[in-house]
Amino acid sequence: MRRRATLFKRLGDSVIEQLLLRGCAIRRGGRLLFEGVDLSLRRGEACALTGPNGSGKTSLLRAVAGLVRLEAGEVAFGDLDSAEARGEGLHFVGHADGLKSSRTAREELAFWTRWGGGTDGAVREAAEALDLVRLLDLEVRRLSAGQRRRLALSRLLAAPRALWLLDEPLSPLDARWREGFGVLMARHLESGGMILAAVHDPLPVAAKSLEIIG
Amino acid sequence: MSRLSALLVRETALAWGRGGGPLVTVGFYAGVATLLPLAIGPEPERLAAIAPGAAWVALALASLLSLDRLFERDYEDGALDLLTLSPTPLELTCFLKCLGQWLATGAPLALAAPIAAIALGAKPDLAPLIFACALLGGLAFAFTGGIGAALSLGARRGGLLTAVIVLPLFVPPVIFGGGALDAFASGLPWSSGLALLGAYAAMSVAIGPLAMAAACRNALS
Repeated sequence: MRRRATLFKRLGDSVIEQLLLRGCAIRRGGRLLFEGVDLSLRRGEACALTGPNGSGKTSLLRAVAGLVRLEAGEVAFGDLDSAEARGEGLHFVGHADGLKSSRTAREELAFWTRWGGGTDGAVREAAEALDLVRLLDLEVRRLSAGQRRRLALSRLLAAPRALWLLDEPLSPLDARWREGFGVLMARHLESGGMILAAVHDPLPVAAKSLEIIG
Repeated sequence: MSRLSALLVRETALAWGRGGGPLVTVGFYAGVATLLPLAIGPEPERLAAIAPGAAWVALALASLLSLDRLFERDYEDGALDLLTLSPTPLELTCFLKCLGQWLATGAPLALAAPIAAIALGAKPDLAPLIFACALLGGLAFAFTGGIGAALSLGARRGGLLTAVIVLPLFVPPVIFGGGALDAFASGLPWSSGLALLGAYAAMSVAIGPLAMAAACRNALS
């Protein structure tokens, strides 16, 4: 437990103090998905992004990460320059998890940890926190959907960053790991982190909610 | 630096495994180099005359092989998203991806090129120049090829599109390298061809990553 506590104390230098969305609108393929979306998220707060399929939850998360252009409105990260905030201050875990099926879980976790600026020690701690240690030598293709999602989520812990953008993080997880990941989310919030998660079921932590109506 | 070296190691490993890796690429190269004498005829004089050029064109074609997957896989599985969420500029990331591609396929092809040319009947003293041309040319092929691979992201049958975009960009290095080899074989000054090939390779290394990064951003958004 003590080890896990240390896991959450180290946020990098580029700590996002506040996430602010003002009047955001996104157009995809000529169709206006939504407009006028506002949100303020401070350190220690989580927000559940809800809405029907196709309403643009994923697009909004990608817009916060800078991967999708906004039609109108703006995304601000407190005083932090948005390039710096996106480069060093946030994690994005989406449906496409960026894991190569031909490589082992260890290789992938080690690479993404390095890429996020984490250390080798952090790889081990993250693998322990998500109970991945005995899976590390398997190729990613051998993992079940839930195990694979846990591997993707372990990146959140291996390289500490303030803002977590999660796209349906719980869907492939079993009941035990929904609860287990809830504990990890609560710790992240306690240590001053922020979470914006697109979900269909309620988040296992206290959270604001933002409904997107398509 | 560890972030960048980790990326280079990963990209080289992925390129090594992509589509069978260097073994298949070199095998394809050997196949094309074997087809040529069957079409042209077995007379040694005729073959020796075209050997360096044929080896050179086969090299350009073999460089195309695994190119289409350079960005495609990362784009499909979401890795490209995560690669952009980093303090490392996307241009540098693209540079390292192409460098990995070159290390895993360009360098083995450069080793195979002199062997293929000599097997077709080129003089053995041509071997060092063919190796040098293939190394430099491979660099140009990888970095201009990367532009095509990035531009065809998200297109169906992207591999074919990559080839169509990239082949015109392969024209200058093929001319410069072929010119240098031809000049050397006929005892003329050959260094200007090699210098121009080097210049083209340097230009593609400098400009290619800018174009690739722009194309990737466009494909993602």
